[in-house]
Amino acid sequence: MTEDLKLSFKGIWSHRLRSFLTMLGIIVGVAAVIAVVSTISGTNEQIKNNLIGDGTNTVTIQVYQNGWAMDFSYGSVPEGIPEFDESILEEIRKVDHVVNASLIHRRDYVDLYYLNNELSGSMVYGIDANYLETAGYQIISGRGFSENELNGQKKIVLIDETIKESAFDGVDPLGKTLEIQGEPFVVIGIVDKKSEFEPVIKNVQDYYTYMGDTRGAVYIPDHMWPLVFRYDEPKTLIVKATSTDDMAGVGKKSEDILNQYLHVPEGTENAPKYQSNNLAQAASELQQLSSSTNILLIGIASISLLVGGIGVMNIMLVSVTERTREIGIKKALGARKSRIRRQFLMEAVILSGIGGILGVVAGIILAKIISVVAMIPTAINVPSIIIAVVFSMVIGIIFGMVPSIKASNLNPIDALGYE
Amino acid sequence: MPLLELKKVNKSYDNEGFSVPVLFDIDLEVEEGEYLVIMGPSGSGKSTLMNIIGCLDVPSSGEYYLDGEAISGKNENQLADLRNSTIGFVFQTFQLLPKETAQANVALPLLYAGVPKAERMERAKEALEKMGMGDRLDFYPNQLSGGQKQRVAIARAMVNHPKILLADEPTGALDTTSGFQIMELFTELNKEGITIIMITHEPEIADFGNRKILIRDGRIIEGATEETISEHRRLR
Ligand SMILES: Nc1ncnc2c1ncn2[C@@H]1O[C@H](COP(=O)(O)OP(=O)(O)O)[C@@H](O)[C@H]1O
Ligand SMILES: [Mg+2]
Repeated sequence: MTEDLKLSFKGIWSHRLRSFLTMLGIIVGVAAVIAVVSTISGTNEQIKNNLIGDGTNTVTIQVYQNGWAMDFSYGSVPEGIPEFDESILEEIRKVDHVVNASLIHRRDYVDLYYLNNELSGSMVYGIDANYLETAGYQIISGRGFSENELNGQKKIVLIDETIKESAFDGVDPLGKTLEIQGEPFVVIGIVDKKSEFEPVIKNVQDYYTYMGDTRGAVYIPDHMWPLVFRYDEPKTLIVKATSTDDMAGVGKKSEDILNQYLHVPEGTENAPKYQSNNLAQAASELQQLSSSTNILLIGIASISLLVGGIGVMNIMLVSVTERTREIGIKKALGARKSRIRRQFLMEAVILSGIGGILGVVAGIILAKIISVVAMIPTAINVPSIIIAVVFSMVIGIIFGMVPSIKASNLNPIDALGYE
Repeated sequence: MPLLELKKVNKSYDNEGFSVPVLFDIDLEVEEGEYLVIMGPSGSGKSTLMNIIGCLDVPSSGEYYLDGEAISGKNENQLADLRNSTIGFVFQTFQLLPKETAQANVALPLLYAGVPKAERMERAKEALEKMGMGDRLDFYPNQLSGGQKQRVAIARAMVNHPKILLADEPTGALDTTSGFQIMELFTELNKEGITIIMITHEPEIADFGNRKILIRDGRIIEGATEETISEHRRLR
């Protein structure tokens, strides 16, 4: 066997140029596939990261009804949703891949005033001690809430950059008073996203921003929520997952934990339920999308490798004709049919295998060039590399079959007489 | 019992649907240790007969016994093994593999016999040394003269210790001097006990054998005596 392997390599090496030309079809096919797969998975990765928050990895779990996140600005609060406290966070943190969790209240489209500046449609958060850390925010000026302030009655507020820009218009907002629902709150700090990474979209707010919505947000201690809004509003859970890939799973598990505590009557249609936000869903949809593109690509790969395989067969047939005399000699000296067949088959497999490997190398180089020249991110996809090499070897077996059988069936007398 | 025995062997080739007969009712016995020379005009069927004897081809009808065994019932693999173990071939055109060294060429039959690599190389070296080619082990065929190539071919034929050496015009492509040198080697081998069957055109070469038969139009000429042979010689 190793003897045959050596012979095959020797055969390939002694016809270097022809061997290379034989491989060319496979090299080009595999290289194209690797480059395209790398580009697509790179792009997918970027979209995914952008959409659901690279590094932040936060999932928002809030009350949904009829497929919509419930808005408590108007209408009643549904029955059966308990007021969650710190103990539920303990439970959530025990879930695998959960880094941190936070319970908040949130209102969209609240009108804020600073002196006579009206800021309509802002977001107001009632936050706990974990929120900023969990959602990937930091204080960039002023200070955050102390333990006492979080549990106390002080009307203090943190604002983000958008509020600072649009409401305060160049004035230092620290120490100024902001009116929320008619209640005066003193600004003590300014928050911003942590700038470890710069994707386009890092979280829900960014997503809205991206969609053309430039609303700002302010943060008050959650303890103060009933003062400004309603005391019985259900809370929203924010969970930070270990990695982007864990977000969907973490979201699902957290939903389940929260929903256990709901006292919704059995069989109630359209009962309110905790549900993780659409961004995680969007991520899994994207993943599905990318796996369906992969199936498409495997199709393209098959076709291009098929063409490469026909090339291998074609040149192997020429090679058999050229080596008719060699085959005749070997048969006269006692080589069995199976040995001749094996030699040519092995050559075909080695040829296409080497072609596959060279194709992978060429494809990786191509992907790098694409990412540099076209500024498209590329990610080398290991399974696609393995599939490409194995597939090209299978192609070698399939398309080496005909030439090797032809070789082994040669009549030694005719073969010896062949000049 | 003769080493090989042909009984009423016929051979015809299919040529575009027509059966072209080449050999007719060949009866032939060769004893162990004989040195048989087959003569006859070009196209008379000598090589065809030789191919049948060498198990490269099978008769269309008739029987062939080699070393007491009937060849007719054997399959392709058995024939290949038989060629490997029992028969050594020497051809007019040497039939060496051009991309292999002399030693690798000679070692080839041992590969098919399943001999391990080191032993193959050692035995190939010995066989070449015996043919006076011990200093040309790593030479490629195109670096060798015609006579040297034929020595390599003989070494290859002999390396697996066959019973029969089949030579189809072994001196046909050689100059007279090299041709005679090859014949001396054949005589030497025959003295050591190997059975030789050789085709030749050349009467001087034919004289090295110890029995001669004449083939004409696919038939062995019955009672081919020294006269008919010399007539054949005169006709050339
Ligand atoms: N494979 C073949 N197919 C058809 N005819 C053949 C084949 N081999 C040999 N012949 C014919 O058989 C006859 C004998 O050929 P051959 O045995 O080579 O003669 P010799 O060796 O005596 O010169 C020739 O007429 C030749 O054309
Ligand atoms: Mg002939």
